[in-house]
Amino acid sequence: MSAIAEAGLAGLLARADGQGPEAWAPARAAAAALLRAEGLPTRRVEAWKYTDLAPLAAAAFAPRGSSAEPAPPAPRAERRVVVADGVVRDAAGFARNRAAIPAPAATIAALNALLAEDGVLFDLEGDAGVVELLSLVSAGVSAHPRHRIRLGAGASLTLIESCRAGAGALHNPVFDIALGPGARLTHARIVEDDPAAFHLAAIHADVAEGAAYDAFTLHLGGRIARVEKHVVLAGTGASAHLNGAQLVSGPRVADITIALEHAAPGCASRQVVKTVLGAGARGVFQGRILVRPAAQKTDGYQMNQALLLAPDSEMDSKPQLEIYADDVKCSHGATVGALDPDALFFLRSRGIPEPEARQMLVDAFLREAVETIAEGPARAAVMAALEAARAA
Amino acid sequence: MPAVAETLDTVKSVAESGYKWGFTTDIETEFAPKGLSEDIVRFISAKKKEPAWLLEWRLRAYRHWLTMAEPDWAAVRYPKIDYQDAYYFAAPKKRPSSLEEVDPALLKTYEKLGIPLKEQAWLAGVADSPDGEPRAPVAVDAVFDSVSVATTFRERLAKEGIIFCSISEAVQEHPELVQRWLGTVVPYGDNFFAALNSAVFTDGSFVYIPRGVRCPMELSTYFRINARSTGQFERTLIIAEEGSYVSYLEGCTAPQRDENQLHAAVVELVALDEATIKYSTVQNWYPGDEEGRGGIYNFVTKRALCKGRRSKVSWTQVETGSAITWKYPSCILQGDGSVGEFYSVALTTNRQQADTGTKMIHLGRDTRSTIVSKGISAGYGQNTYRGLVRIGPRAANARNFTQCDSLLIGDRCGAHTVPYIENRCMSARVEHEATTSRIAEDQLFYCRSRGLSEEDAVGLIVNGFAREVLKELPMEFAVEAQKLLAISLEGSVG
Repeated sequence: MSAIAEAGLAGLLARADGQGPEAWAPARAAAAALLRAEGLPTRRVEAWKYTDLAPLAAAAFAPRGSSAEPAPPAPRAERRVVVADGVVRDAAGFARNRAAIPAPAATIAALNALLAEDGVLFDLEGDAGVVELLSLVSAGVSAHPRHRIRLGAGASLTLIESCRAGAGALHNPVFDIALGPGARLTHARIVEDDPAAFHLAAIHADVAEGAAYDAFTLHLGGRIARVEKHVVLAGTGASAHLNGAQLVSGPRVADITIALEHAAPGCASRQVVKTVLGAGARGVFQGRILVRPAAQKTDGYQMNQALLLAPDSEMDSKPQLEIYADDVKCSHGATVGALDPDALFFLRSRGIPEPEARQMLVDAFLREAVETIAEGPARAAVMAALEAARAA
Repeated sequence: MPAVAETLDTVKSVAESGYKWGFTTDIETEFAPKGLSEDIVRFISAKKKEPAWLLEWRLRAYRHWLTMAEPDWAAVRYPKIDYQDAYYFAAPKKRPSSLEEVDPALLKTYEKLGIPLKEQAWLAGVADSPDGEPRAPVAVDAVFDSVSVATTFRERLAKEGIIFCSISEAVQEHPELVQRWLGTVVPYGDNFFAALNSAVFTDGSFVYIPRGVRCPMELSTYFRINARSTGQFERTLIIAEEGSYVSYLEGCTAPQRDENQLHAAVVELVALDEATIKYSTVQNWYPGDEEGRGGIYNFVTKRALCKGRRSKVSWTQVETGSAITWKYPSCILQGDGSVGEFYSVALTTNRQQADTGTKMIHLGRDTRSTIVSKGISAGYGQNTYRGLVRIGPRAANARNFTQCDSLLIGDRCGAHTVPYIENRCMSARVEHEATTSRIAEDQLFYCRSRGLSEEDAVGLIVNGFAREVLKELPMEFAVEAQKLLAISLEGSVG
């Protein structure tokens, strides 16, 4: 394997040779400047207080095509876009993403802008149905696909994103999403990476008047799996569901970080995130709701719950409300604890053996989050992935 | 309910007064030269005839402070503080040797503030509170600028073996206790303001409750900043030995000035096996005027160590004053079965900013903590709850419940909630809930349909909102706190 000599950020910076589209050059330069100035964040940086990137800084990544690809999952929709090692292999009729990308403001977006070469442009009007976006990353390779989704007024799309990365890979996808008035995007992310892969994803979404962004993230693996969702409810009556479930065990970190901005009046947002942590695993949830002065009649709700299944599992949670308008209804709740012994006792008293009883309770706990996805292929795909993970 | 009726009366009676504690007292004051240096630290220490170990400790703190940067993570904004442009020591010139010798002007100040210093009258039961109701005696330590001017009921308390005096007296009379505990809960290097305080603290209260003693009366300290350009740096140390109980009250006011004054206090509590400390604060420093000119910067470090088995510390605070409040009364729950509580009402109006909350660090088994925080924002006020609940891996069966509610009055204020939850123990359970809303239209409408003016209705609703916390205060303090809430909200409606 032709591994790059230098580990971590230095190795990645050395590889940034301007392979990406011409229009991305300014963002690439800004990313390099930002990363050179700030380096990879340590836990002293507030946004990374609970997720330590030290393992990433110690890892070296190979260029693409140097190792075997992981096996793809069975198709989850009829139309399937395939991206391999950050390069579009089968666009399934969609265009390549070549429009300029914004200068990055944070680490994940900067790593992507630095090394992104390719991506898909979903520029749609009307009902576009269900599309699967499969992203495969070979072992030890770093991949940085950059996708753009633009839905016109009243358009709709269900996007099921399947992520599979091999051992020691870095999968670093970033989405730029703009939803027009009344548009509707259902976006289910299923992250089934190798336990030794890194997954650092970022989503930037602008939601216009009356549009709805319904997003779900399922984290089932990865040495470090983090998704950042930066969502702006920019038009009156826009809504966002930023839900998720995380099921991990072993020495791994699963992290859902949300920065949600209510910038217009009458918008609604829901965040339901559930985490189940086995031996040695750590879960992170950071959820910020910012309500701008103009965003009167905001309805914001956030629920974050975690189950600790082993004595050495750990959950770190930081729900956050920042409110500058007065006619709002915002609430958040968080709980962290073990399985309810009373519920366990009840099931066992009905003749269910303990392992099955525990499994039933964990399933029910996660199902509550999964059922926030509107009924349809996206929910079915997430449910099936969850069941497959449980059986494994 | 009488208390509510009283609140409403008060609202009416103070129509225009605003901050009624804003007067100054003309009293001959001795200052140390302006500015901060090792010489000033030595000057303060010499002035207080301190032993060498304490001077050494102060100097270590000062040198450490020089290496530290002012924290900037709190959601508060203020111009850079010039630490060289303040007096670090200001004391009334005449030092009384007994209560009779206390400068009459000083006594009058405290009388105006409603603080009883004349204990004979209180003991005889002739003096009544201003509202005409007889009150139980309260032992008071009054701190004026940099020094403690009087401590009442000392003999009565001494009979029980309780030590209640200013910390400078404690340094002289009980150096072994001070040396053993000072800085054990808040080390001098803990944070920027704690280091500053450790270097230049001038006075404060010292309380020692011996084993098995239940303190027969409330202990109270009343802090007053009077002199211009003065910072107040007091240090309070309370030690509750095995099986003891004490309830301690703290009140504060300052004159109305158009400059900002710094108050950087440190409070350390130690509760040993099965001891209970109840610490209540009504903080009413001058908040500045409507445009945000003047007011106190209240940058305080308060922390309790629940060292013993089944020890308990309960913090209750009502924060209505100060231009900026930066304070996180915390509990380190070290002893198995220890309990920490935090009840807080923080009100910001005009240009006030508050960034306050608590930290509950669960280390021992079966430890429990409760956090109830009520934030009220009006005018241009910014109110942040910032809290940490950390459950260590050995804190089996630990429990935490947190509730943070924010109320918004007006569309120019802000309410923020920043809780940190870190659970590293499977058998522990942590629950957190927070809500933010404005005063409900239907509640307002209901009150108004019963003939209450809008302002009275808001006063009523706010008191109801804060009731859960107010009921934790000792009775007299609760009444004072209710009045304060109503007065502070004056003019912020409509």
